[in-house]
Amino acid sequence: MAWGELIKNFETIRGYVRDFYVYGFKSRGDFGGRGSARSYDDERRRIESWLGEHIGSRQTPEGKNVFLSIDSRAGGHNPLFRAWGARSFTDGDITLHFIIFDILWDEDTTLSFSEITARIDEYLAEFPEPMTWDASTVRKKLAEYVRDGLLLTERRGREVFYRRAPSCRAGGDGISDAADFFSEVAPCGVIGSFLEKNGGEHENIFTFKHHYYTSALDSEILCSIFDAMGERRYVKITSRPPRSGKKYVDTVTPLCIFISVSNGRQYLMAYEHTKRRVFPYRLDNIISVAKCEVDERFDERREILRRMMCHIWGVSTAGGSDKVSFTVRFGPDEEYIFRRLLRERRCGTVTRVDESHAKFEAEVYDAREMFPFIRTFICRITELSISDKSKETQFLRDIGEMCRIYGIEEAEE
Amino acid sequence: MIFSEIHGAYYRAVAEILRAAVKAPVTPRDIRRIARETAFSESAQTIEAALLSHRWQLLRGDGTTPIRHEPTLPYTTLEKRWLKAISLDPRIRLFDFDCPGLEEVKPLFTPEDIYVFDKYADGDPYTDEGYIERFRTIRKAIGEKKMLRLALCSREGRRVSYTAFPVGIEYSEKDDKFRLQTLRTRGASGRYGYANLGRISSVDIIDAKSRNIEPPPSRDLTETLTLEITDGRRALDRALLHFAHFEKEAERLDGGRYRLRLVYDKRDETELLIRVLSFGPFIKVTEPESFVSLIRERLIRQKNLL
Repeated sequence: MAWGELIKNFETIRGYVRDFYVYGFKSRGDFGGRGSARSYDDERRRIESWLGEHIGSRQTPEGKNVFLSIDSRAGGHNPLFRAWGARSFTDGDITLHFIIFDILWDEDTTLSFSEITARIDEYLAEFPEPMTWDASTVRKKLAEYVRDGLLLTERRGREVFYRRAPSCRAGGDGISDAADFFSEVAPCGVIGSFLEKNGGEHENIFTFKHHYYTSALDSEILCSIFDAMGERRYVKITSRPPRSGKKYVDTVTPLCIFISVSNGRQYLMAYEHTKRRVFPYRLDNIISVAKCEVDERFDERREILRRMMCHIWGVSTAGGSDKVSFTVRFGPDEEYIFRRLLRERRCGTVTRVDESHAKFEAEVYDAREMFPFIRTFICRITELSISDKSKETQFLRDIGEMCRIYGIEEAEE
Repeated sequence: MIFSEIHGAYYRAVAEILRAAVKAPVTPRDIRRIARETAFSESAQTIEAALLSHRWQLLRGDGTTPIRHEPTLPYTTLEKRWLKAISLDPRIRLFDFDCPGLEEVKPLFTPEDIYVFDKYADGDPYTDEGYIERFRTIRKAIGEKKMLRLALCSREGRRVSYTAFPVGIEYSEKDDKFRLQTLRTRGASGRYGYANLGRISSVDIIDAKSRNIEPPPSRDLTETLTLEITDGRRALDRALLHFAHFEKEAERLDGGRYRLRLVYDKRDETELLIRVLSFGPFIKVTEPESFVSLIRERLIRQKNLL
């Protein structure tokens, strides 16, 4: 089959875009498990076509490494949204689409199925070899638009009439600004980027700092989870962590989406039915979500998570209970360090010990999740205590290892 | 469904082409131009061929169209549900957001369904009426390209005021703060700066049209940081994701080590320094030497404390 920019299934390309963007050091051979060399070439060419201005490559002994490099502070919409605009379609799909919405061009036009098909034929009669459809194709297309909320139906006797759904549209910059902003910061933001489809000039005034793009690739999965969560249903999730490469199917009740703004990862916090525990699932590892029955104990399970949250530093719910405390020192002109402790404390507490010291304390499931945070205070930590002494030792050993790799000797001051 | 052709680049390009054809006949050149501007880099040829060969029966041979109205679409249920969801976010009050018809729509998600666990606790006051009014004044000035007189409290606690041209608004999800990017007069040309919206106490649009301020000559404020990552305790995944928002290039070395080069703004060096430190012994900075010295200095100070 001839190569095309468009695709029918998003799952394969989801992995390729992520690998090109996040890793960028892989060559064709590293993608071996995902299909033929030709498949790699096809996907690479598609990504080049969608995101060409951000593509780079480097020749290495293992082969050519293709990567995506994007400075997210440069502004504009998340470039990875473009991948969602690559769904394939048939000649009939696109022709019918524009004709149907031209026939039903305002909210007052209400037509029966037979009137619509007759009007479609009038449009096509102008072409030398007019397309023809059987009634079921047109009916199916109309049903799709009804399902998507673009058309409304009304039954009069035995006949179904169709009309365009209300536009629900407000004028002014307010809604465009809101869509520009929230499409970048809200879950499933790609949906916000679709709202501009009706044309119209609008200046996007927003830029973003510390902005992560990869979550956009998980939008369909997230959408299915929200759907189930809204209906209080449990789901069967299929996931494939890249390290093991194996597929896992878990029956879980989705309770909350935990989002990190330090790396852009999204986690499904869910009640796992088999092991009867609340557990985090990385959304980028989930490949499908199947909705099941309503979970009558949804509120109860969500309450369990809510109670756990005062001991969850990141997403870990495993392990016991680690008591962590550390004290930092700061000078008279370094009051911002104390403020930083306050604003980054999450479930911890901060106590001012004296003019130049503050103590942080928390009780968390896994103290190791806190290591990155504690390390940001390196050069100021005067005291550290972790109830699990093996973790305390590990933290101190890591500091020693950092000194070693930077060639800092014992006696150096 | 998010992955649908109705949201696709080709449909969008064809809508634009038809929007033009409703008004006047379009030429093959118009088709190629619109497709290039609206769709992907290799789309123009496909779209042109499909329309002109009547595989997609939407354009007559003379470039006119049987379509009578400029194509528009109502919002899908999913779009309405997303709009309803964002209408529940406290930050929505910053915008003149009035979207009739959402009353009966079920939100795609609610604030209870999501939790940003590492956002800083001292975000901007989105429910403060004064803050909302100042945000909207700034937005208006950007749209009308007018100057602003700003009064604010500096980081050091001093009250300052100045006039500036508002360029745009920057938001950090981690800080949960908005910053106004400004262009201020300085000598013959201007100077770019930032003002935290949370620190601004008053803002007025200066009624007279702003005089043109020449943007400053471009000054390279960037530096390249080279890191060596050891893939222990999943540090590779974590580091590559954490630094993903930079312009960057990663390379595989031998022995489970990787090199990452990223371009950063020198004004954010301290922030980047603590971000690098947070990875502990799994990241070693190799260049620039000045950055290595900053890390060494902090480690030496730490070694003497514990």
